[in-house]
Amino acid sequence: MTPRPARVQLFATCLVDEFFPAAGHAAVEVLERCGIEVHVPPDQTCCGQPAFNAGFAGEAAAMARATIDALSLRDDPVVVPSGSCADMIVNHYPELFADDETYGPKARALAARTYEFSQFLVDVLGVELPASPAGPKLAYHASCHGLRGLGLREQPRRLLRDAAGARVADLPDAETCCGFGGLFAVKMGPLSGAMLESKLEAIERSGADVVVATDVSCLMHIGGGLHRRASRVRTRHIAEVLADPSRD
Amino acid sequence: MTEAALAFHRRIDAALADAGLRQALALTTGRLLGGRTAAFGALPGADASRDDARRARASAVARLDAYLDQFAQAAEARGAAIHWAETAADARRIITGIARERGIRLAVKSKSMATEEVDLNEALEHAGVRVVETDLGEFVVQLGGDRPSHIITPIIHRSRQDVAALFREKLGAAPEDVADIPAMTALARRVLRAEFLQAGMGISGVNVAVAETGSVCIVTNEGNGRLATSLPRVHVALLGLERIVPTAADLAAVLTVLARSATGQASSVYTNVITGPRRHGPAGPPNAGEPDGPDELHIVILDNGRSRLLGTPLAEILYCVRCGACLNACPVYRLIGGHAYGGVYPGPVGSVVMPGLHGVESWSELAHASSLCGACRDVCPVKIDLPRLLLAVRREAAAKQLAPLWIRAAMPIFAAVATRPRLYRWAGRAAARVARFLAREGWIRRLPGPLGAWTASRDFPVPAPRSFVDAHQARQEVSR
Repeated sequence: MTPRPARVQLFATCLVDEFFPAAGHAAVEVLERCGIEVHVPPDQTCCGQPAFNAGFAGEAAAMARATIDALSLRDDPVVVPSGSCADMIVNHYPELFADDETYGPKARALAARTYEFSQFLVDVLGVELPASPAGPKLAYHASCHGLRGLGLREQPRRLLRDAAGARVADLPDAETCCGFGGLFAVKMGPLSGAMLESKLEAIERSGADVVVATDVSCLMHIGGGLHRRASRVRTRHIAEVLADPSRD
Repeated sequence: MTEAALAFHRRIDAALADAGLRQALALTTGRLLGGRTAAFGALPGADASRDDARRARASAVARLDAYLDQFAQAAEARGAAIHWAETAADARRIITGIARERGIRLAVKSKSMATEEVDLNEALEHAGVRVVETDLGEFVVQLGGDRPSHIITPIIHRSRQDVAALFREKLGAAPEDVADIPAMTALARRVLRAEFLQAGMGISGVNVAVAETGSVCIVTNEGNGRLATSLPRVHVALLGLERIVPTAADLAAVLTVLARSATGQASSVYTNVITGPRRHGPAGPPNAGEPDGPDELHIVILDNGRSRLLGTPLAEILYCVRCGACLNACPVYRLIGGHAYGGVYPGPVGSVVMPGLHGVESWSELAHASSLCGACRDVCPVKIDLPRLLLAVRREAAAKQLAPLWIRAAMPIFAAVATRPRLYRWAGRAAARVARFLAREGWIRRLPGPLGAWTASRDFPVPAPRSFVDAHQARQEVSR
């Protein structure tokens, strides 16, 4: 296990920054409660994944370089409240700069000290959370890139079990994609919408009050679908749940 | 968007609207995938087996020219005739030529996607050779004038009732012949048995070829493959040139994962390893006599664009053993099925193979029909990193200016802004202000332009009044 750091840098990701700041504030709160000092590098923007996934390698590399620069002013570990953006940094940055003499080493160094939020709490800090028996019923959706790119299978589930115990409902097909996929949701709208439909039906069948995920991208997608069908089910980032497990 | 891309989107819309199709797909892909999960769960060292199979395939693809030569020499030494087909047209010409020279009027076929790829049936019929598909699924495809919609279960899109109606119409089946699946199977068997006995030629694909022995291995579940490759006087095997492994031990490594991935079986019902035709000589290897089998074995080695992929970012797709697991695992395939993809090979593998073999100009849109969820990579028996290959197709397409105009326009602007943090923060605040105009109670019901595809089926959130980074900085300053 990595030695316990005193300080981390939080890479909030563009979607948390612009759309879901509460998830970022909650991540800061949880980390600080664990005794970790959190620094938010001011020059962070977008990791470049939208361009990368669209096949625009040049634009993706430009954004990746800017992100590497913003996160390399200090050598503290980087915590990302998103499995997808963490996967971009950990798995795709080194590939993107494999032959780059300047950014190759920087990308590999950054990749080695970057963690998704729940992964950092469990694998690095080994946190044990107090249980909060009262509160809404939760369902966990496993976001694809964290699950399959970073192997986040147990960490988020364990944190939720610790915090909410029996309040965690079983979500059928929890590891099936919600259909977000970035630009996919727009470029292949009907297909993405049909995938979302299956996810929403599974969520409503689960009887949960709140859907939890490690990624606000999926939650934005699922939440938009739930709102469109006037569902009573809400969405919440895992950091928000851990910051206040009994919040309704 | 290109005409090919627009046609793809129309086929997707049609498939999504077909409730019966979606139900059939969910049922069968779920069953196959469940079988796969159970089979690998019961296999000790399952993950290492996938590594072994990958190594077998990777080592062959890394020195494909050498192994193909070795294979051809070994097969010829055991009496097989080797033919090289650079294109689909070459394959058609070679195989129709073999039939014509021998005056063959009837050919029976074992299931083969490579023959679908080169449109062999049409070419043979045109040359006066009647062709009968003998795999039950392919038999139904042929009766219906249809195309396979899955590389393993070709009639995944058809219901039992569909098939019963087809048998009544095309075979004049009596009600008791189509009462249930065993009755329908028995009817097909009676029809096919007569064809097997009369056919002058049997045609098959090849699942795996073995370089050191010159053998071709064919796996089937119905026994039709065994009949088609041994009963007629002439056997023609169409081999995709990448479907080779160096040694018999490598064949075992591939067979360990192949049927488990395809259908959840530990092994398929029939595994035929065919090494040369019938020939005189004492029994026992090597170059021994072989009392059984056809008089002639012709192995047609098909390139059709495959060798162009060597040394490119798409080369890894040549490891594929065509098990179909990536189709069953793909949430997109599970919704739209194989016909929507428009090519011979659908699903994640097809979305790499079709643009790989036939060019991104007509086929790159397939690679966008993926959320890059990675479920395909997780089930691939040879661990092909399919999302990475889909990205490579997208990259090639973007480099050729095939992306929609609005994305081509937006990407450089987005990158220019995102690489200038102060401009980015300012633009974020401005966008938030505009977005709030469009919103009611924190959600936007209708976005303009191409973004309307999002709000067609879900609402879009408004940006927060104050971004996380702005708010965090303000808080830090207060506490200082």
